[in-house]
Amino acid sequence: MTNYPLGREATFAGDDVVIEPTARDGGEVHTSGSVLRLLWHTFRENKLALTGVISVVVIALFCFVGPLFYVTDQIHSNLLNVNLAPSRAHLLGTDDNGFDVLGRLMVGGQSSIEVGLAVACIATSLGVIWGSISGFFGGFVDAVMMRIVDVMLAIPVVFLFVFLASIFKPTLLMLIIVLGLLSWLSPARLVRGETLSLRTREYVQAAKTMGGGSTRAIFRHIIPNAVGTIIVNATFQVADAILVLATLSFLGFGLAPPAATWGGMLSNGTNYIFDGYWWQIYPAGLMIVLTVLSFNFIGDGLRDSFEVRLQRR
Amino acid sequence: MTGFVVRRLLQAVVVVIGVTLVTFLLQHLIPGSLARAIMGNHATSAQIKAFNNEYGLSRPLPVQYWDFLKQLCQGNLGYSFKQSRSVDSLVSQYLPRDIFLVGTSLFLALLVAIPAGIAQAVKRNRLLDYSGTTVAFLLYSMPTYWLGLILISVFGITLPWFPVSAPQNPTFFGILSDPRALVLPIATLTLVSYALFSRYMRSSAIDSLTQDYIRTAYAKGLPRSWVLRRHLLRNSLVSIVTLVGLSLPSLLTAGLIVEYVFNFQGLGLVYYNAALTSDYPVELGITVLVGVATVVGNLLADIGYAMLDPRVRYRSVA
Repeated sequence: MTNYPLGREATFAGDDVVIEPTARDGGEVHTSGSVLRLLWHTFRENKLALTGVISVVVIALFCFVGPLFYVTDQIHSNLLNVNLAPSRAHLLGTDDNGFDVLGRLMVGGQSSIEVGLAVACIATSLGVIWGSISGFFGGFVDAVMMRIVDVMLAIPVVFLFVFLASIFKPTLLMLIIVLGLLSWLSPARLVRGETLSLRTREYVQAAKTMGGGSTRAIFRHIIPNAVGTIIVNATFQVADAILVLATLSFLGFGLAPPAATWGGMLSNGTNYIFDGYWWQIYPAGLMIVLTVLSFNFIGDGLRDSFEVRLQRR
Repeated sequence: MTGFVVRRLLQAVVVVIGVTLVTFLLQHLIPGSLARAIMGNHATSAQIKAFNNEYGLSRPLPVQYWDFLKQLCQGNLGYSFKQSRSVDSLVSQYLPRDIFLVGTSLFLALLVAIPAGIAQAVKRNRLLDYSGTTVAFLLYSMPTYWLGLILISVFGITLPWFPVSAPQNPTFFGILSDPRALVLPIATLTLVSYALFSRYMRSSAIDSLTQDYIRTAYAKGLPRSWVLRRHLLRNSLVSIVTLVGLSLPSLLTAGLIVEYVFNFQGLGLVYYNAALTSDYPVELGITVLVGVATVVGNLLADIGYAMLDPRVRYRSVA
């Protein structure tokens, strides 16, 4: 649910969804080796995912390395150079503060990618822990933990954030933390669903019989075996976070100037939509679409490989 | 079946109470209190105190929460001091417009997405499927507002076919006064929802196509169109019921953004303006309303699903 972020997990009839786990079955999974091997196989087989990865790398290079070669001043506005059309001096023109649009795309992309990755890390870690505990213990614990998720899912992220932003002035760190704290719900539900089926497996029972504690069962058996679902969802989380950030910036609740974001650039450009300043509307939007699309490609490709039967798409 | 409904109903009640609790606590996150937000920086502490006493804000939090709940039960969502009118009156003025906007778009999106998804599933991995997937992927990865901006810039400015803002008459029938102005907002929302539903419909139909009942139907010698319409479509419709219920928060969010982009006077825009002017009671009232709507949407979706698909009922008993 996320959504704007259109929440990605759908459940059928309440919570009684059991997702068939198809990541490696059995025994303790030694995480790093097998996951990396899995990823390697995936990308070798799957052209779509590979396209996504290459495109993400190119975008990251553009945003983080680009400014070293295309040097522009993105801090001081220059009122003599406002709204210039693209020319040799400004390849994509300038905006209403005289900032070079191409340079701003790079700087704006940095915050988008940083927020996307950080939010996905926070949300996934929280969601995995919450979901696996809830699913593993079941019963009353599960009921309480899942009702908390339901409550938070009921209030759309953008609504909640608009409310919070009307009280606090957002900084990069605050954006990351708040979005992270609001986005762990869909991984929590997915991992719970998977845990429900994993916990009945023989190897989990065997670990219990041999005197292994719950913590061991969850961290050594359940989570590693749910890793397919987790990685796929984390990839979608990055895409979603970038979209939410863009939406919030567009609504004027993103980072304050002179910090640049793609959404913020679009928000500025909207004022000139009647003047035909296309370079203030299309490039930033295209960057958002490209980035989100790439992460979605990766997620979709990974899911096909893991054959994780998510309920959506 | 009754057991299932009762159990889901109880869950929904618990969640609704949770939503009101969260909203209530949000109200108390406001720095410098509601009184300060309303009376401004020049109010003396005596005036603040008087305000708090008058509106019961100096009482203990649990008492205030109980009162808040009682008010909600009576259908009282709060009072906007900034606009000098009750939140209820705002809701009753603007909510029908939202229902019209979101409802029409949802209907149109489903009307296109269901056949498109099934066609893609049947022609899997052919040109039709690839083009459909590309379109859905693009729309899905696009910020709602950017889609709106593109439509404005192409169909409102370059080709001046449609007005760039929604009908401005603030009454319900006012939106119908200028149907042409509705085209772009509804188109934006429809396209966004289409992306979501068609992807889902495709994978759900692909799943169904491998099921035994489809093979049986073919084995009986039924023509393909009959199998698709009577067996595949019907079974896929069942799962789309759930999806519609679950996507309510996304639809409402997309609605808020579309209202902002096209200046469509609806609850989303009211909410946005309330956030800009620190009109907290309006924000809280609408948040509760959205939360409750989502819970009820999910509840209806689950019950609808259980009614349409007997397997769910049996599974929930087990």
